[in-house]
Amino acid sequence: MAEIRLQNLAHSYSSAPSGPDDYAIREMSHIWEQGGAYALLGPSGCGKSTLLNIISGLLSPSEGQVMFDSKVVNDLTPEKRNIAQVFQFPVVYDTMTVYDNLAFPLRNQGMDEKRIQAKVQEIAEVLDLQAVLKNKAKNLSADEKQKVSMGRGLVRDDVSAILFDEPLTVIDPHLKWKLRRKLKQIHEQFNITMVYVTHDQLEASTFADKIAVMYGGQIVQFGTPRELFEKPSHTFVGYFIGSPGMNLIEVTPQDGGVGFGDIHLPLSKGLQRKLAGTEWSSLKVGIRPEFIHVWDGPYDDAMCADVTYVEDLGTYKILTLNLAGQSLKVRLQEDKPVPQGQAWISFPGQWLMLYADEYLLQADSDSEVPHA
Amino acid sequence: MRKVQNNKAWWLVLPVFLLVAFSAIIPMMTVVNYSLQDIFDQSNRYFVGTDWFRQVLQDPRLHDSLLRQFIYSGCVLLIEIPLGIAIALTMPTKGRWSSLCLIVMTIPLLIPFNVVGTIWQIFGRADIGLMGYALNKVGISYNYAANASDAWVTVLVIDVWHWTSLVALLCYSGLRAIPDVYYQAARIDRASGWAVFRHIQLPKMKSVLLIAVMLRFMDSFMIYTEPFVLTGGGPGNSTTFLSQTLTTMALGQFDLGPAAAFSLVYFLIILLVSWVFYTAMTHGEKN
Amino acid sequence: MNLRKIVPLWIYLLFLLVPIYWLVNMSFKTNTEILGGLTLFPQDFTLANYKVIFTDESWYSGYINSLYYVCLNTVISLSVALPAAYAFSRYRFLGDKHLFFWLLTNRMAPPAVFLLPFFQLYSSIGLFDTHIAVALAHCLFNVPLAVWILEGFMSGVPKEIDETAYIDGYSFPKFFVKIFVPLIGSGIGVTAFFCFMFSWVELLLARTLTSVNAKPIAAVMTRTVSASGIDWGVLAAAGVLTILPGMLVIWFVRNHVVKGFALGRV
Repeated sequence: MAEIRLQNLAHSYSSAPSGPDDYAIREMSHIWEQGGAYALLGPSGCGKSTLLNIISGLLSPSEGQVMFDSKVVNDLTPEKRNIAQVFQFPVVYDTMTVYDNLAFPLRNQGMDEKRIQAKVQEIAEVLDLQAVLKNKAKNLSADEKQKVSMGRGLVRDDVSAILFDEPLTVIDPHLKWKLRRKLKQIHEQFNITMVYVTHDQLEASTFADKIAVMYGGQIVQFGTPRELFEKPSHTFVGYFIGSPGMNLIEVTPQDGGVGFGDIHLPLSKGLQRKLAGTEWSSLKVGIRPEFIHVWDGPYDDAMCADVTYVEDLGTYKILTLNLAGQSLKVRLQEDKPVPQGQAWISFPGQWLMLYADEYLLQADSDSEVPHA
Repeated sequence: MRKVQNNKAWWLVLPVFLLVAFSAIIPMMTVVNYSLQDIFDQSNRYFVGTDWFRQVLQDPRLHDSLLRQFIYSGCVLLIEIPLGIAIALTMPTKGRWSSLCLIVMTIPLLIPFNVVGTIWQIFGRADIGLMGYALNKVGISYNYAANASDAWVTVLVIDVWHWTSLVALLCYSGLRAIPDVYYQAARIDRASGWAVFRHIQLPKMKSVLLIAVMLRFMDSFMIYTEPFVLTGGGPGNSTTFLSQTLTTMALGQFDLGPAAAFSLVYFLIILLVSWVFYTAMTHGEKN
Repeated sequence: MNLRKIVPLWIYLLFLLVPIYWLVNMSFKTNTEILGGLTLFPQDFTLANYKVIFTDESWYSGYINSLYYVCLNTVISLSVALPAAYAFSRYRFLGDKHLFFWLLTNRMAPPAVFLLPFFQLYSSIGLFDTHIAVALAHCLFNVPLAVWILEGFMSGVPKEIDETAYIDGYSFPKFFVKIFVPLIGSGIGVTAFFCFMFSWVELLLARTLTSVNAKPIAAVMTRTVSASGIDWGVLAAAGVLTILPGMLVIWFVRNHVVKGFALGRV
């Protein structure tokens, strides 16, 4: 199987949806390519689990199509889809030993015992479960149980994708990173498509090559962790990724750019043209705390803000500033001096993002980049 | 929940203790008293020690009754437990049908025991009862009043009709407690319906099944009214179970001493067998 | 819907309903029709049987008596079981496990064992043939059950709620009545249901402890044999009327019954 494609997919849990609010997943199209390690990141209730269950076949979408390799699989039951799914709560068959748990899917397929033994041993080795193979599954710790759940997905050789639904939720923090690393190893070893649902951006960034950020039933951005960080295409991505998240300020268009209060922010000509040609009802600019430039002293073109609060977090500091009535957070490296009372800051053009109706506005061709 | 050690909690428990003690301890003391004495009247009492116990344990009437009772309770468990599980598996879990189903199934549980007996007493007669009439019409000669095996079958059918719902409702509640994730995982694992039953449903129903087995055993072992109303214990002795034997001894014949001794033996048997069931069924948990 | 599941279920439900239908059927027939031959529906529909029950005091008093002692029993059982269940749920105390176990063994006692002692006990304190006697006698097995069920529900309420109430200045009685009881509302409903159920259906003790004044309907029904034979129509009507209170109670608690069973504590 080369890819999982979602075409015009939408899902509503009610039988007669009346508006967008009734939809758990709003119309979306997306391609998951074969062999990738993907994260599906978003807050609780944004539709991640729904999407996962649609992909695996546990849920039938009310609209749209799910295709594996250009073949529509909407009507295929999970049993026929060559997909494994690991759930938030470890699911083990209490009455069976770990060995039998891992062998279960294979026995259901009718595989002969010799091959089963070989496969179970292989997966047990990968997951460090050899020591407990003979134990009853119900006496294991939570992380061991979750490994068994994962093992049941890995042990099948007809599986081309594994879906993980927040699998580390019940795991102790000090064991989480171990399991995450294990998952990464497995991905490299077996070259299976993996989709990992989480609400934790750190988990997503460490596991995935590419992250799909989900918000309000839609995938609002699909990119590498770095792309998400440097160029969030939705205000939610800006806000959700990063600690602290992106600063977002409501602005109004002005000659040569946008502005708020008595502050004027120039935009490139291309961006200005794009803005003029776009219909919008809300306009925001966003800039990450890491990218706000703090000058050592007053500077001609820099803006003056009042320092209202300084948090010292060891290797860096977070400054809370007040700029023309707007609260901003700035991240300062530990070796930089902390401005007292007032700070002189500027927003480098390449990091200043413009959002119309929450979506990123980009010039069709980036010409000059003014500095401010 | 972490409980706090506090002996003043006895004040809260006192009303229950007094009430149940009044209902249980005083009568039991009377029973023990009677079991050890030969009583002619208020002023003529003789301590006879274990005489009554010996007499009772050797009484062939009681042996017969006890055997009949064990066979009866055994049959009850063998039929009602699997049937209850099977019904629970078919019950709908939501919607109007679910409520309707629950209500219909609960009805037999709320009918006074004698009315249960009366319903079937009527239903099974060849002259005025639908079942008796129908059976005889298709050529099966059926008469629960005259034929011992007919009587036995009828008494068992009554019990199944009366109490299977209890087992089914208990199992149903056990099944409802299983989180959906287990079924989803089983689908991903391509498990057959039988595998789902064996590895997910049955294990998770273990605690409610224990309750069901204990309750059905105890209550069937104490059964009195339904068979009594149906057949009066007959024909002959064929449907005379322990409670009826005891009641006849105590109230009918006024053999206070032997009745009391028998009462104690009866109670002890129930306690013992219940303990055996309990230990056997929770044995697996201890591992 | 799954046919393999629906058909067996319907067969079972029909099995449950048919004998009851037959009883209802008979209750609307005259004795002549009943004894004359089998008819699936009353050819000669009559309400006379019900009329007898509603007008003859020896009949309707049976219902009133039964309802009275069942309600008495439910009220008594609940009132004493609530504080006791709270104690078992929140505290450890001397002999608590033994007490709990002893309470449960009373559920295992055959009523037949207690017939004679109860008879003598209640006669000796002058309570023979009273409703309170039956209500108290039924406490033998209803109170342990009530304690057991309520303790299960109470353990589901976190202790932190108690502690918060004390910090807020509630006295124990006030806390119990105003805060705690509403939280276990469905538990109380379920318990009341089971107390009602086990008391309403019990015949042996109820009949032994009463003769005229508090005679329950069950006893009245078992004595309907007269010189002219059994009055089947009236008997059937009486039976139908004993099923009604039960159905009413089920209707009221239908949403909570499953939850009650779910605690596995019947």
